[in-house]
Amino acid sequence: MNGPIVRVFGVVLVLFSLLVVFTTRWTVLERDELQDNPQNKRALIAQQKIDRGAISAADGTTLARSVRRSDGTYTRRYPQQGLFAHAVGYSYLNPGTAGLERFYNGPLTGRGEGLRQTLRRLQGERPQGDDLRTALDPAAQQVALDGLAGRTGAVAALDPRTGRIKVMASVPGYDPNVLRSASATARLNTAPGSPLFNRTTQAGYPPGSTFKVVTAIAAIDSGTFEPGSTVDGSNGAEISGVPLNNVGNVDYGPVDLTFALTKSVNTAWARVGEEVGAPTMQRYMDRLGFNRPVQVDLPESERRPSGSFCKGRFVRATNPCVDVGRMAIGQDKLQVTPLQMAMVASAVANRGRLMRPYLATRAIDPDGRVTVDNQPSEFSEVMSASSARKVTEMMTRVVGEGTGTAAALQGIEVAGKSGTAERDVQANITQPWFIAFAPASSPRVAVAVTIERTVGGFGGTDAAPIAAAVMESLLR
Amino acid sequence: MSARNRELLALVPATLLITAGFAAVFVQERELVADASLTYGAIFLGLCLAAHLVIRWRLPDADPYLFPLVAVLASVGLVMIYRLDDTLAREQAQWFVIGLLLFVATLVVLRDYRVLERYRYLIAAGSLLLLLLPRVPGIGAQVNGAYLGVEVGPVAFQPAEFAKIGIIIFLASYLRDTRSLLVSRKIAGITVPRLKHLGPLLVVWGLAMVMLVFIRDLGSSLMFFGGFLAMLYVATDRLVFPLAGLTLFAAGAWFFASTVGHVQDRIQAWQTPFDPDLYDRIGGSYQLAQSLFAQADGGLWGQGFGQALVRLGDTPFLPAAQTDLIYAVIVNELGLIGACAVLLVYVLVVERGFRIAVLARDSFSKLLATGLTTVVALQVFVIVGGVTKVIPLTGVTLPFVSYGGSSIVANFVIVALLLLISDRARREARA
Repeated sequence: MNGPIVRVFGVVLVLFSLLVVFTTRWTVLERDELQDNPQNKRALIAQQKIDRGAISAADGTTLARSVRRSDGTYTRRYPQQGLFAHAVGYSYLNPGTAGLERFYNGPLTGRGEGLRQTLRRLQGERPQGDDLRTALDPAAQQVALDGLAGRTGAVAALDPRTGRIKVMASVPGYDPNVLRSASATARLNTAPGSPLFNRTTQAGYPPGSTFKVVTAIAAIDSGTFEPGSTVDGSNGAEISGVPLNNVGNVDYGPVDLTFALTKSVNTAWARVGEEVGAPTMQRYMDRLGFNRPVQVDLPESERRPSGSFCKGRFVRATNPCVDVGRMAIGQDKLQVTPLQMAMVASAVANRGRLMRPYLATRAIDPDGRVTVDNQPSEFSEVMSASSARKVTEMMTRVVGEGTGTAAALQGIEVAGKSGTAERDVQANITQPWFIAFAPASSPRVAVAVTIERTVGGFGGTDAAPIAAAVMESLLR
Repeated sequence: MSARNRELLALVPATLLITAGFAAVFVQERELVADASLTYGAIFLGLCLAAHLVIRWRLPDADPYLFPLVAVLASVGLVMIYRLDDTLAREQAQWFVIGLLLFVATLVVLRDYRVLERYRYLIAAGSLLLLLLPRVPGIGAQVNGAYLGVEVGPVAFQPAEFAKIGIIIFLASYLRDTRSLLVSRKIAGITVPRLKHLGPLLVVWGLAMVMLVFIRDLGSSLMFFGGFLAMLYVATDRLVFPLAGLTLFAAGAWFFASTVGHVQDRIQAWQTPFDPDLYDRIGGSYQLAQSLFAQADGGLWGQGFGQALVRLGDTPFLPAAQTDLIYAVIVNELGLIGACAVLLVYVLVVERGFRIAVLARDSFSKLLATGLTTVVALQVFVIVGGVTKVIPLTGVTLPFVSYGGSSIVANFVIVALLLLISDRARREARA
């Protein structure tokens, strides 16, 4: 009888090895599939048990914090309501995460890889996330929102020396606290004006004449033009075989480049663009960050490229479908994000060196150790310091005596450029723009402002005052 | 070193395990190293020592490793249950004590276990009665579609856990008598027993099928029938019997799977656990899907003692985590490595069981040891296999680990019987 007993044991061993094989399958071989299964809510639920770190503004104002519920889980509160909704984003079980909450989910949930984090877990401490500090300025943000006054639009302001973003305003906004409720989330998703949409980084707008700053940078730094070079500012110039008119059909005749920027002469700048040429234009656009998702520490899905948009995709200036002359004055197929235009101003302001824009300065764990340390970094060397000085000089004239006088500040020299994109010529619907930096001699702030739709508004009259107010708030 | 001294020494790792386990859970839940873990470890050691002394007194020659291995499993169970719910753990600890008492009682009362043979028909009838008890109106209780529990006033128990012991005692005795008759007739070289000898076996098959339908529990029925086939094979040494039995069982199972709604649902939930329809249905595949998610969460090394996500606030996350899904919790917290270690302990237990069967001198003892061991092994396979999607998930307990008084008490009686057989076999071998 012993033979069969041993064989029965053999069968048991086979059955048990099946158990090991299947346990291996779920724990190792098919682990990722199971964890990615949408029915598997473990990761999301586990995060509700974490005391997520707080997010604060530059002055220490709390923008997001966690509160403990009676059942031991945590939920998110946004004490400043909608003030920084688009930059900070949200973190709830149902809609998920967005903005900084999403981009810095790792540090905020204390999911650091370091030995100390692991040791802390071994010691059984409750997971506590790291606090996130940003450079955001609540006072200036409020000024920007007050300036937009409910009009759909966006304001982005940053420190050109570091790339730290101070203002990121997008209207309409929303109160992230309401996203706790599923029905409110659904309402916001379909609300008119798409309030969840971050217009500073996700909207693609025609930049209008503000783009002439890009053309000026390319023209001067490439050595093709000097601020004093003469160009033809005649009305009705043929650009790509089609006559182009100046605003108000003014025939300026021969003008120099500085005058052409001060008065925003379309025909002159279109010629400059054609003469500089598409490859050079594109080279400078690349240096400024065009044709790739705008540089900022926000999730990929919340960042959009700027550039010429043709047949459903972004193309380079050298593409046959781009009319480089009209592109040079901000028309044609250009679509830009407000943050990208703030970067253009910032590059000029920082003596040609474009700093990479970022929101969060650092993350600090509960023991006070810095776990994320975002130092200023150069995105590119756009132009020489002397070219930057020349462009600054031209932009100072715009605010001093040209189309941007409304951006002037008492006792502070401002450099800027207005823009007015035509949205609907028949109905006289325009999109005003203003990009600027100050003080012109040693800039500490660069800003871009746009209002999506106005009836007959101009950049110099509608957007420039907002830019001025934001800069003033940040400089004083 | 004598067998008993080896047993004594082997209890040390089990005690260390429970002490360390409780310490880990304490640290996790209370953020402090409580000396209570030492207290619990000491109490556990004390209880095991008491049982050990009884073994030393009554069964000096019994297998030295079986009891310590079982103690290891029990300590893993206590720690895991404590981690899930400390009230349940206290109850389980009480059941552990009662289990040990019954274990000791069995050792003392049944020194000569062969007297059981005298009452085999009584035992068989009693076991059948026990099995059908859950269907008796008023005291029977349906859990997840299966009729496994009985509730009489404050006492609730699962009669199948005890019935399995009785049926195996009966079969061991019955097969000892008929094994030669079963293989006596050959037709064309194949063993074909006479119908009158085969009859009782068909009755057992019928019984398994009835269990499938009346108690609606595929797991228990597989366990009983598998144990029976193993004993039949050991008794006759003819492969044709278990093969024919398996075929019959498969045919029956297939028939019921395609006709009985409850069985059908279970099989569908098993095959496609992530089907949204089945996932959301009450009694659907949610439990299995969650079990698999929990295991994926554990990975190779696990989340650590007390770290697994088992409830959200006050709502349990894994259904029946302390009974059916305890293996999923083990995988979640201790990972593949820890789960394999637990399975290895079971393999060692089963190995000791079969070794006892091999060493036993008489047919009844061999068959009894084989049957008891096989049933324990199959019970592990049925529940772990169900939790890991090898077979449809049915609610049986993981022996010595799952929460459940009937289970732990019945399994301690099985261990007592195995030790009794072992003691006699080794004593006779020495003499």
